[in-house]
Amino acid sequence: MTSTITAPERDTRRADRTRPARPVHWAQGRWYVPWLFLGVALVVVCTFALFPFFNTLLLSFTDATLLRGGQFIGVDNFGELLGDSRFQTALLNSTLYVICVVPVMVILPLILATLVAGNGRLLGFFRTSYYLPVIMSPVIVGLVWTNLLNRRGLVNAVLEWVSAVSGPVPFLTDRWLLLFSAMFVTIWMGMGYYMVIYLAALASIDPSLYDSAAVDGAGTVRKFLHVTMPGVRNTMGLIGLFSSIAAFRVFGEVYMLTDGTGGTGGENLTMTMLIQREGTGLQARTGYAGAISLVMFVIMAIFLLLQLVAQNRQRKNG
Amino acid sequence: MSRQRKRITTGSAARYAALVLMFILLAGPLLWQLSLSLKGQGDDLYAQPPQLVPSHPTLSNFTGVLDRVPVLRFVLNSAVVALLVVGGNVLFATSAGFALARLRFRFRGVATAIFVAALLVPAEAVIIAQFLLIRSAGLTDSLLGVALPAFVAPLNVLLMRNAFAGIPDELEEAAVLDGAGIWQRFLRICVPQVKGVMAVVAIFAFVAAWNDFLWPLIVLSDEQNYTLTVGLNMLKGTFYDDPRLIAAGTIVALVPIIVFFAALQRFFMRGLEQGGIKG
Repeated sequence: MTSTITAPERDTRRADRTRPARPVHWAQGRWYVPWLFLGVALVVVCTFALFPFFNTLLLSFTDATLLRGGQFIGVDNFGELLGDSRFQTALLNSTLYVICVVPVMVILPLILATLVAGNGRLLGFFRTSYYLPVIMSPVIVGLVWTNLLNRRGLVNAVLEWVSAVSGPVPFLTDRWLLLFSAMFVTIWMGMGYYMVIYLAALASIDPSLYDSAAVDGAGTVRKFLHVTMPGVRNTMGLIGLFSSIAAFRVFGEVYMLTDGTGGTGGENLTMTMLIQREGTGLQARTGYAGAISLVMFVIMAIFLLLQLVAQNRQRKNG
Repeated sequence: MSRQRKRITTGSAARYAALVLMFILLAGPLLWQLSLSLKGQGDDLYAQPPQLVPSHPTLSNFTGVLDRVPVLRFVLNSAVVALLVVGGNVLFATSAGFALARLRFRFRGVATAIFVAALLVPAEAVIIAQFLLIRSAGLTDSLLGVALPAFVAPLNVLLMRNAFAGIPDELEEAAVLDGAGIWQRFLRICVPQVKGVMAVVAIFAFVAAWNDFLWPLIVLSDEQNYTLTVGLNMLKGTFYDDPRLIAAGTIVALVPIIVFFAALQRFFMRGLEQGGIKG
């Protein structure tokens, strides 16, 4: 094998170095080696995510229930969905969730990350405490916030004490207040998670960029806008995508705050709650639930496409 | 650091004010829950203004909860599931991420697409089909059945792929020149560069396993096998009339996680700092 031909230099910085003739990937052994690295992950993901998903897709064109296989009924399930008022409510609630939660999830954790980044015990303490809500199970968070937000809970008690309101605010019973309360709980729980992803991204920003910005007289805000945000742009895109998908899928918070009912007459149902309702229990209509899942999948695929388009445009402009 | 002393002082004062405000918002609810769990029968839960410090402090709420609900058993079950999931993700998401980022082979694009597609699959949407699978494998009502679908999460594979892709080629090329084989390059060259992200993956896997509610609720039926989330859901039904007991239950459930995380966080945050590959 040829092994000592000098590869063309990519730039002048590396002009003094002799690069190996063979690209690295030539030295990776036999053809099956990559599959040894990938094997377990691929098997798990295919078995427990993709296979059940395709199974669900097939179901969506049938009238299957949990107990029997069902007949092929074409697109009848989707036709029924269009006229199902619960579906319209769930779609509206989940969409509102994305619109309200995602911008907060992209910006606030980044600000938090810049505030807690750095050395020192105190900052370390804050980092840890901000992450705590993330490691709490949704059930505990649900119990805590149901207690805080109910008619006689702490939030209402404080509001009445300072005479901000005349009667208890119906955080857990009013259709819109409950939705916004759940969004608040989602943000309360999730912020630390995205803060940590941002911390990892911040660590890879060249510190000298901040120094030269300081020399140019940039203050905190301008450093944030012109050094930090461009430095973590890819991560922001990624978090925008993750948090949109998470927000669209919201389940636990609304489930706990409504005691599993989805609000009076189901007015606070989200897409996932609707799937869980239709797809579990002895009366489960797995076919209909599959159709809702397919709609959800398409909408989330659109989120991904939008993110890819945005990323490409940024790359061209930047 | 001391170019403009005055500005730095007001700046850091504002910074710490924001940090403290955030702390109150995030930790306050837990502090209130702790206070509630310590309040005795003589305390007025709905006093105006609200009282944070109990006037009749007692531990009887805790003994009451531990007597009626096997919370410690639930904690142990959750720990077993979490251990399996963390181990699986750290080992296999790392190796898969390495292959996707640093090896060239046929169908690499297909393999990457599979993980991206799996990321998009809404877990709640496939939960029934997953249950049918677990049932046909005879794993219902077992902790292994709870852990298996989360054994390798596609998100973690993609996070590891991005981490490995950030390693400069020169590092590996130098190792190739020194005659290092693929396994040495993986273990000796590349893995040490991504330790920080591995710690992040470990924490994410732990959190996902610990917090999962719907899936264990479906898989498990015997109370002896309940994980913490499923077990705690019983609290609401059992003690609906007494918020003190619910609060005591949540505190008992929280202490182990907080201790665990406080112990691990040094490694986690240090890993984050070390893991950043500087340009």
